[in-house]
Amino acid sequence: MTAELYQALVVEHDRHPRHRGTLAHPTHAATVDNPLCGDVATVQVVVADDRVAEIACDGRGCALSRAAASLMAERVAGVSIAEIRALAAAFEAFVTEPVDAPVPAALGDLGAFAGVRAARSRRTCATLPFRALLAALAR
Amino acid sequence: MFANLAARRRAFPALDTRVHGHRLAYLDAAATGLQPRAVIDAVAGAAHLGNPGRGVHALAEAATQAIDDARATVAALLGGRRDDLVFTSGTTAAINLVADTWGRANVGPGDVVIASELEHHSNLLPWQRLCAERGAHLELARVDDEGHVDVALTDRVKLVAIAHVSNVVGTIAPVRALCARAHAIGARVLVDGAQAVAHLAVDVGALDCDFYAFSGHKLHGPTGTGVLWARGELLAAMPPWQLGGGMVTHVDTHGARFREPPARFEAGTPNTAGIVGLAAAVRFVRDLDRAEVAADEAAVHAALVDTVRAAGGTILGRPELAVVAFDLPGFHPHDIATIADGEGVALRSGHHCAEPIHRRFGVGASTRASVACYSGLDDVAQLARALAKVREVLG
Repeated sequence: MTAELYQALVVEHDRHPRHRGTLAHPTHAATVDNPLCGDVATVQVVVADDRVAEIACDGRGCALSRAAASLMAERVAGVSIAEIRALAAAFEAFVTEPVDAPVPAALGDLGAFAGVRAARSRRTCATLPFRALLAALAR
Repeated sequence: MFANLAARRRAFPALDTRVHGHRLAYLDAAATGLQPRAVIDAVAGAAHLGNPGRGVHALAEAATQAIDDARATVAALLGGRRDDLVFTSGTTAAINLVADTWGRANVGPGDVVIASELEHHSNLLPWQRLCAERGAHLELARVDDEGHVDVALTDRVKLVAIAHVSNVVGTIAPVRALCARAHAIGARVLVDGAQAVAHLAVDVGALDCDFYAFSGHKLHGPTGTGVLWARGELLAAMPPWQLGGGMVTHVDTHGARFREPPARFEAGTPNTAGIVGLAAAVRFVRDLDRAEVAADEAAVHAALVDTVRAAGGTILGRPELAVVAFDLPGFHPHDIATIADGEGVALRSGHHCAEPIHRRFGVGASTRASVACYSGLDDVAQLARALAKVREVLG
């Protein structure tokens, strides 16, 4: 179980998170809590032409949520808001699927979180950054 | 040492569970104690009972008798009278009951309720709401670096609500001395015994407390069970809490008269099977050699402390028994607990429903190992391997 959950890509992004920190002039930002542990995820973005031009993730979290924020940020930078909403919905659906379901190709590197499908209590760790991003974009 | 550990373990079927290919090292008794076979059988047997306290037929009579017997058994564990013992769904319900009834009747504008920084949320939030509603002040007694509570009393204090044993820092509150000081100024003391009853012999008369609450599932009983013991004269003066069947002597279209305690506080059909299971758990614990178990638990607890420190962990406070909560710098508690689970070790991670004490120690969450009568040094060795695995995977 540990091997499925903490895949090399996940561990690498936990150790070396991309887009980590804050932006000087974000157009949108939000912070969400994980009620299970009191962790927080903050996402700041600069939106231009209906796209996320810049993104930064911060907060306090576990290896899974740090890696999820990093992989999400890489994936959504430069992407249209409509596409991000579809991606977030696909990722939320993905983490609740049976463990033997195929990993949607559209998820790209985010498919590395396949292990959380067998770890119910850890799903929120993976989805928290997306929830923060959607909350930011809703403002 | 550990002469009867194997025999005690045989009483707990859940210990035979294989977890991800490993033997189970269950170090999460502070969250829920495993249930011995005697409890499981008692709960199953109660499926044949009718509705207690109402019917006159054989199955109803058997249920009424079972509840009566259970009340006597549980009251005896606390050294209290059976009529002063109210069955609830757990510690949370017991404390809410006191806040909503005794609290509303006795705490007014300008009064003070004291809880502490180490309280479980269930012994904090009811007092927050009560004080907000009544215009009273809630003060949180400070906790020192070792995890001991320092309660300062003033003459406006009406109630001190305190954990007998902390579920995070594992310290024992000096309840008897606190009660003496509180009573000297006319204040009452509520003791949250959730973490105490499985480890300490509790005598409400010797403690001289006013309210004592605990949950069945922390004592190897079923979830959804618990008790409130209260001083008889306080219960007698308290208005009912929830209203419904079984707690009235007379009802007409616009009013009702209520039964004497404890029935007044037990509206609705009770959790008969749970209460029967709780009594079985009390008998199980009562019949253990408690001095022997305490010595074994202390040895496991000391080994946990050493193991956590050897692994680089920082322990919250200086725990006296039962629990060891720690921070392993650089690693998040959820990752630690998930990887430990992969090695068959059950740990708790998070804030353990006690956020203020984590903030007090400067961490957002912690990892907690806790001991019970079935814990052994093999569990601790397995934890050591699991913590090494955490560094291997995430280091």
